[in-house]
Amino acid sequence: MSEATPNQSLFEQIGGEAAVNAAVDIFYRKVLADYRINRFFDNVDMEQQAAKQKAFLTMAFGGPNNYTGTDMRNAHARLVKMGLDDSHFDAVMEHLGGTLKELNVSDNLIAQVAAIAESTRNDVLGR
Amino acid sequence: MALKKILLDEHETVCQEGETVLEALLRDNVDIPFSCKQGACQSCMVRSLDVPPPAHAQKGLKDVLCKQNHFLACLCYPEQSMSITLGHQPEYFTEGAVIAKELLNPETVLLTIQCKDALDYYAGQFVNLKRADGLIRSYSIANSRRHAEKLTFHIRRLAGGKFSEWVHQELNVGDTISVSDPQGLCYYLPDKMEQSLLLIGTGSGLAPLAGIIHEALEHGHTGEIHLYHGSREVDGLYWIDEMRELAETYENFHYTPCVSRGDALEGVAQGRANDVAMANIPDLKGWRVYLCGHPDMVNQAKRMAYLNGASLQDIYSDAFHVASPTLD
Repeated sequence: MSEATPNQSLFEQIGGEAAVNAAVDIFYRKVLADYRINRFFDNVDMEQQAAKQKAFLTMAFGGPNNYTGTDMRNAHARLVKMGLDDSHFDAVMEHLGGTLKELNVSDNLIAQVAAIAESTRNDVLGR
Repeated sequence: MALKKILLDEHETVCQEGETVLEALLRDNVDIPFSCKQGACQSCMVRSLDVPPPAHAQKGLKDVLCKQNHFLACLCYPEQSMSITLGHQPEYFTEGAVIAKELLNPETVLLTIQCKDALDYYAGQFVNLKRADGLIRSYSIANSRRHAEKLTFHIRRLAGGKFSEWVHQELNVGDTISVSDPQGLCYYLPDKMEQSLLLIGTGSGLAPLAGIIHEALEHGHTGEIHLYHGSREVDGLYWIDEMRELAETYENFHYTPCVSRGDALEGVAQGRANDVAMANIPDLKGWRVYLCGHPDMVNQAKRMAYLNGASLQDIYSDAFHVASPTLD
């Protein structure tokens, strides 16, 4: 991953689209392998889900996106009915941080990504 | 510069300079699904019916989708006029005649159909077979591309299955049946010849896998090829001798029949085909995986293969959903 320079955006500092692609692969595997949360991913099309993860990570990495709070709410409403709560959101946050650590992203950048992802919590949990 | 026209279901839209196909269609109030507009969500995937789409518009798509001229409307700055489709084309049927019918096991028939026109298909694809009264079912082609006019199918008799009962009991050699254009994305392309292949099938899921295996071997695929064919009991397996012979002929082909219930005979593994396969081959990084048969097996194996290291781009699957309500 590239070194931080003052003029680069967060997205560029992390490594742009190539970093997103590398991250999706690690992140989605972590999520699917986690018994605390993987039941929420039963019966979903894996390719579509990977594409959604890519869009999510692009947004969290500060990249170009069209995400809105309403999209987040609608997309997760079914899961909230299934019992999705803070503990599950925390687990996903944990995997996001772990993924970036594996990719040798600096702690400073990880904190910025985490802050963006954290900002979706209330929408995801439908509150 | 020549105008770039996008033809969609007889509606023509002119794509302005610097405008993507998606932008042009939306400006023209064409109802097309889309979401992220940046090539990630793939909801605006469409297919070109004439010219190959520009490569930049196929970024991130699976090779089989690229090959069939699918592309993302949001990424596509067209280089020429294109005729596109959002979904499935009206099906074209050719006439076929049954030239052979034999039992593979007590519940599966091997049906050979001679088609009037040669079909352009890839090994592993399926067609829709249509009875004279219009009843239609999908069946995988069980042979390689070598015989483009003579197609074989493995038709498993399902309790209460209207079509399969009819094939088993009433369809005879000499009868005619309609055969659709080949469809589906679970097929073999002769590239990356050194890549190891894992194929897992249950029941008549062996049909497309056998086609893929023959196709790969005919192309001289050099990577290891591992087939796991499973059924509940030994009775549900078939082509055991044929597959063993093939494994003796080709050093890189390996075959493991599996039964999930009852006693396994010698040379037959005990357990579900996907469990046996994943236990034998725990690391699938870099492998290409084909999964055909029971939807539960396909879904489980897909997740397992991915978690064991296979890339989603390298996993091809065809879940056999049952059309009629069965008594099974």
